[in-house]
Amino acid sequence: MNATLIRTEFKLYLRDISSVFLGIVMSPMILAILGSIPSFRAPDPALGGRSVIALYVPILLGVTITMVGLTTMPIPIATYRERGILKRFATTPARPGDVLMSQALVQLAILFTGSLLVLGIGRAAFGVSVPRNLGAFVVAFILCCAASFGIGLVLASLRSSKVAQGIGTVLFFPLMFFGGLWVPREVMPETIRGISDFTPLGAGVQAMQDASAGSWPQWLHLGVLAGYGIIAWLVAKKLFRWT
Amino acid sequence: MTVIEVAKLQKRYGGHQAVREVTFEVQAGEIFGIIGRNGAGKTTTVECISGLRTPDAGSIRVLGLDPQRDHAKVRQHVGVQLQESMLQDRITVTEALNLFASFYPNPANAAQLLDDLGLASSARKPYAKLSGGQKQRLSIALALIGNPKVAILDELTTGLDPQARRETWQLISDVRDRGVTILLVTHFMDEAERLCDRIAVIHQGEVAAIDSPSGLTARVATGQVLRFSTAALADTVSLRALASVSTVEQTEGELVITGDSNTLTEVVTELSRQQLGPVNLRVAQPSLDDAFIMLTGESLTGEDK
Repeated sequence: MNATLIRTEFKLYLRDISSVFLGIVMSPMILAILGSIPSFRAPDPALGGRSVIALYVPILLGVTITMVGLTTMPIPIATYRERGILKRFATTPARPGDVLMSQALVQLAILFTGSLLVLGIGRAAFGVSVPRNLGAFVVAFILCCAASFGIGLVLASLRSSKVAQGIGTVLFFPLMFFGGLWVPREVMPETIRGISDFTPLGAGVQAMQDASAGSWPQWLHLGVLAGYGIIAWLVAKKLFRWT
Repeated sequence: MTVIEVAKLQKRYGGHQAVREVTFEVQAGEIFGIIGRNGAGKTTTVECISGLRTPDAGSIRVLGLDPQRDHAKVRQHVGVQLQESMLQDRITVTEALNLFASFYPNPANAAQLLDDLGLASSARKPYAKLSGGQKQRLSIALALIGNPKVAILDELTTGLDPQARRETWQLISDVRDRGVTILLVTHFMDEAERLCDRIAVIHQGEVAAIDSPSGLTARVATGQVLRFSTAALADTVSLRALASVSTVEQTEGELVITGDSNTLTEVVTELSRQQLGPVNLRVAQPSLDDAFIMLTGESLTGEDK
């Protein structure tokens, strides 16, 4: 890998204010706003003694992962193809694959930064403890990223950046809903939660929730995440075009 | 030394045979032009040479290497400027050059290249803010940043104003003088005429002719027509006796002399021997355009004939 390429991709990402906002600022900001409501910080017997804000830490991690995977990652890749940038790179000793790799590295770095901010603010400002089962949490987090990036790569393989952006936006809201951004899964009606179990963000948030609480995630949720990841990566591999 | 060797190249997209049979060789240090109308198969041909496309049939050697099999080596030594390829909106000129320089083991001096291409004053501008001409010049700079042995330039001066075109031509001549072999795709006759040592005329996926610009025009009917007057009466008998002169006529106070490409020099020399000079001299010549029309039955840019 070429350091100049990675550095350049980083600079370009950071110059795009809207991507920086979506990837790094938005979730920590929502957490801070929700956390400023006193009742959300109080332990709630209906939630097994946890506070509302504690539920929102995994939800907002899921939001960050989905935001990066479905929006800030696919659009530059689709644009690079559309504008002939990937083809342009293909005429040099740098392979277009290197461009995708450096793009992925940048997006992951952004995602980690946004996620660490959510965890850090949760811990420092609202006393939400770090995940009790750290190993399980890392597994759930990685699977969630794999599913989200896989779906994002499918979007990036579609006809144009406009289509990728459109479908990404349309997908984003139902995913958020089932992930519990508006109504946390703990208080969802039974049927909705049943559907949510089979959505990437629903499964991802629950898996991270369980790990935070100290237990192992359910195999169902890990399986759903892995399933989305594998199928999406295969589809993306089949659909992706360099030019 | 042969630098590029294309033999019986064929390429089909679905039902469309983009390249039927293209064969040519480019020698070291040459500026070799490919001219043809839009859709004649020029871009497909150079994309096969650059290794971006796999030929259906035929063989290609660049510096003795197969662009498909030895793509890593070919890419190190061949700089390509693609038609209609853009960069990221927010990348600056300097960043783009440094980025591309980092791909090559032995890159050219970026600052020098910016100077040569008149981009030094926009070095910190982001791509989206560049004018069409600046984008084009940056694209040329990127093709040259790797210190290539071969540069493939597709529609070099499209979108440039006349001044910038002439400067770009000068740059390309300079690059060639440094020993770079240049394959130039164009649909501008003046560009081909001004720059190319040899030209391949491609028509409907086939090579219609390969020759020097003057060789191509020489294929069109015959030579030159000179019209001029003289201060005193010229000795037409000795003008007629010149080896390259076919006819000499006196009309409306003017001499009209027909001949070939040597006629002008011979006539002027003879006149000066007679202590005369041609006044109001016009030379009419078949142009490369005429040659193109004769070879393909169509004009290069205009309507079908």
